Amino acid sequence: MADAAISAAEPKKRRSARRNVYLTTGSSLLALFVVLAVFGGAVAPYDPNAQDLMAILDPPSASHWFGADQVGRDILSRIIVGTRATLSIALTSVAVAGVIGVALGVVSGYFGGFIDRAITVVMDLLLTVPNMVLAIAVVSVVGASAAGLTVAITVSFVPPLARLVRGRVMELRDEDFISAARTLGIRQPRILVRHVLPNAVSVIVIELSLLAGQAVLVASALGFLGLGVQPPDPEWGSMLGTAREYLTTAPHLVIAPGLAITLLVFAFNMLGDGLRDRFDPNTSP
Amino acid sequence: MLRFLAFRIALIPLVALGVVTILFVIFKSVPGDQASIVAGATATQAEIENIRTMLGLDRPLTEQYVKHIVGLLSGDFGYSSTFRTNPLPNIMERVPATLLLMLSSIVVMTAVGLPAGVASAAFQNRWPDYLISSVVVALLAVPNFWLGMILIAVLSVQLGWLPSFGLTGALSLIMPTLALSARLIALVARMTRGVVIEEMRKDYARTARAKGLDRRTTLTRHVLRNAMIPIVTVVGLQAGFLLGGSVVVERLFAWPGIGDLLLTGISVRDYNLVQGITVLFVVGFLLINLIVEVLYTIINPRLRHG
Repeated sequence: MADAAISAAEPKKRRSARRNVYLTTGSSLLALFVVLAVFGGAVAPYDPNAQDLMAILDPPSASHWFGADQVGRDILSRIIVGTRATLSIALTSVAVAGVIGVALGVVSGYFGGFIDRAITVVMDLLLTVPNMVLAIAVVSVVGASAAGLTVAITVSFVPPLARLVRGRVMELRDEDFISAARTLGIRQPRILVRHVLPNAVSVIVIELSLLAGQAVLVASALGFLGLGVQPPDPEWGSMLGTAREYLTTAPHLVIAPGLAITLLVFAFNMLGDGLRDRFDPNTSP
Repeated sequence: MLRFLAFRIALIPLVALGVVTILFVIFKSVPGDQASIVAGATATQAEIENIRTMLGLDRPLTEQYVKHIVGLLSGDFGYSSTFRTNPLPNIMERVPATLLLMLSSIVVMTAVGLPAGVASAAFQNRWPDYLISSVVVALLAVPNFWLGMILIAVLSVQLGWLPSFGLTGALSLIMPTLALSARLIALVARMTRGVVIEEMRKDYARTARAKGLDRRTTLTRHVLRNAMIPIVTVVGLQAGFLLGGSVVVERLFAWPGIGDLLLTGISVRDYNLVQGITVLFVVGFLLINLIVEVLYTIINPRLRHG
């Protein structure tokens, strides 16, 4: 009897353990990156902009773990200090896009009618411009810089978020507990903030963490194209842009920045998947 | 269904007009004088004014807007400072290379992603599934330009097997295609795995098995057909990614497509060129969505009479 109970509980236990693996991997990796972003300058073994002319294009060694670049700067230090640029672009754009997208989505989904149609039309228009292309167009206008990049990514993230939130809110709008709240005479803004939003939060948070991963990819791609953070500030994408010119003579320049980008995207993806498994298991892939 | 398709087709010019308007507003708010950019750094004030009149930049904005729209309709993309004329022929000349890259990526994405996802589902929670799922997770995090650079470093520089840049034949297509399709392969595999597992649990699949059909036939004849619908949706949604990703990949491999031209346009601030290519991207994206819509009705007979 006891044995049967244990074996029945077994698969459930194993599944929740697997969920925790995603969440813990994602959040601990992310915590590491946050620490590097905040204390980067103190952790880095060298000044990221100090040029050591004797070390130009040196392959990885005990003194330079990932080697040195074309002007003899320590690559590891530039990776560590560069964390801040990428992470702040990703987090800022996701946060701002989150606020705007959620506001538009909630208003659009809850009230319907003309406002809904107007918002949906504009969002659909923006969705027809691929996010990389939109980002490139915005950067070409506001100029290549970390700020321009943040604006560009934010603009491209608002439409998918607004659409997602709108869908979720429209589902909720017709639920019994919302009409009950309405019948009780609770004011609209209070219903939205206290009753509708909390029920949409898990969907939003999951989407935001997956979008943060995409933000890292877009930001570093634009950095790679020379449309992002400008030199000499260290940034992973633009480090790869430079590395491209030395592919034949110093291929080691390629390794570290790419690994850093991949790990950060991986961290955000794991966090998103972990959150989805925990809070929204029905839509888990 | 035909009426729905006609509606979708009629919508394309409207959406395109909306996007063109947004782009016009964005590009008109650019700080800096377009006439002096075209004239170059050494131009005199008189020359700049001359160019301003020639390009119609001294006209009111509404007039410029109408002229811009009429121009686009008649194939006049405006004065491009790069080509010193209407850039349309130069843009069209580069379209085939981009189309080739996108088509080969779609083929590879489907040919690799679909079977990988089905295999993953068929061996759910056994080693082939874990192996495929791990590769999928890795591919979703790798930036395409980094993957491309590693391919170049290994396959071109170290081994000398493949040309590292340009469109010089079938071999030169391999690395750009791999770089562009990697993430899509992962997305399709992941989606396919999820959908197939879900469909296998449904009543009709159990009925087929109960009838005595073996697993393989149930999977290929019944489950896959139903699974195709969500899979095509995902593929269609990724078309935008394909267009955006091609810009970066084209630059990395010096691929003679429109993405590479777009970046050239940006670096010399040739806004008419940038605007023209962006419009082309949007129209392309809308057309791809239309094709996905048509594919739906072919795959899903329930929609045909809707």
